[in-house]
Amino acid sequence: MTNEAQSRDMQVKGKQEAAGAEQTRPGPVFIPSVDIFENENGITLMADMPGVATDDINIDVRENTLTLTGEIKPFENADETDILVEYETGQYYRQFTLPELVDQEKIDAQLKDGVLTLVLPKAEAAKPRKIEIKNN
Amino acid sequence: MITRRFLDFPDFGWKNPFEEMDRVRRYLDQVLGQADAGYRIPQAGVFPLVNLTETKENYILRAELPGVNAEALDIQATGRNINISGQRTIEPDPNARYHRRERESGRFSRALTLPGDIDREKIEAQLTNGVLTLTIPKSEKARPKQIQIKG
Repeated sequence: MTNEAQSRDMQVKGKQEAAGAEQTRPGPVFIPSVDIFENENGITLMADMPGVATDDINIDVRENTLTLTGEIKPFENADETDILVEYETGQYYRQFTLPELVDQEKIDAQLKDGVLTLVLPKAEAAKPRKIEIKNN
Repeated sequence: MITRRFLDFPDFGWKNPFEEMDRVRRYLDQVLGQADAGYRIPQAGVFPLVNLTETKENYILRAELPGVNAEALDIQATGRNINISGQRTIEPDPNARYHRRERESGRFSRALTLPGDIDREKIEAQLTNGVLTLTIPKSEKARPKQIQIKG
């Protein structure tokens, strides 16, 4: 299955613009594409946020709501003239509701090649516990 | 929404073929009262999208390539053409339960013809935060010349 997925040609999936997102700054707001998967230890979230520097990402967790924002600083210098413009830059914004079992204190974030990886560890109370059966 | 603007290609004499389409769209949006409601300019299945600008000395090409590292990229320059190809690999975790899968993986290839002659030897490529920037120097004869008026 993996191989099949890898040999496929990639199709462009333009940045999706958010509708009605709260804006503090002018400019377009995009929804980053994300993968979310869960294993025994926690939930991993990977978001495509090309063009955002580490300092311009804001991860906010409060009352079980995780908010991701990222600002793309304009690349162009003043002396550049546009020839072809296929994508716009602006801000990324996406919000998720976290299940209560996440240990909010231990969230780990990493940015590499424009992909943000968030590891949300499960709270101790939420981890499955194997129950030993005692023999009398 | 994504706008795809073709600005003037000096050598080809293109005059923004989408201008009329854009105008009609804006009018329809106005009439229907729902600006940008799900409208997308049909895209020809290309990845990555690129932005191209120019200065007096250089063409600057920028492409968004999140999750692609430098080793997985192949950039070729032939004549006026630039070809960017590569592979984006996402290894799914077999032990994990997926809640969402929106990120795509696979091969890609994108060829682009620049509007003027270039100096292929001096092209510089940089990959930062998932954005590829190619600085492509214009060849000496393609650069604008300042003509001094004598007298």
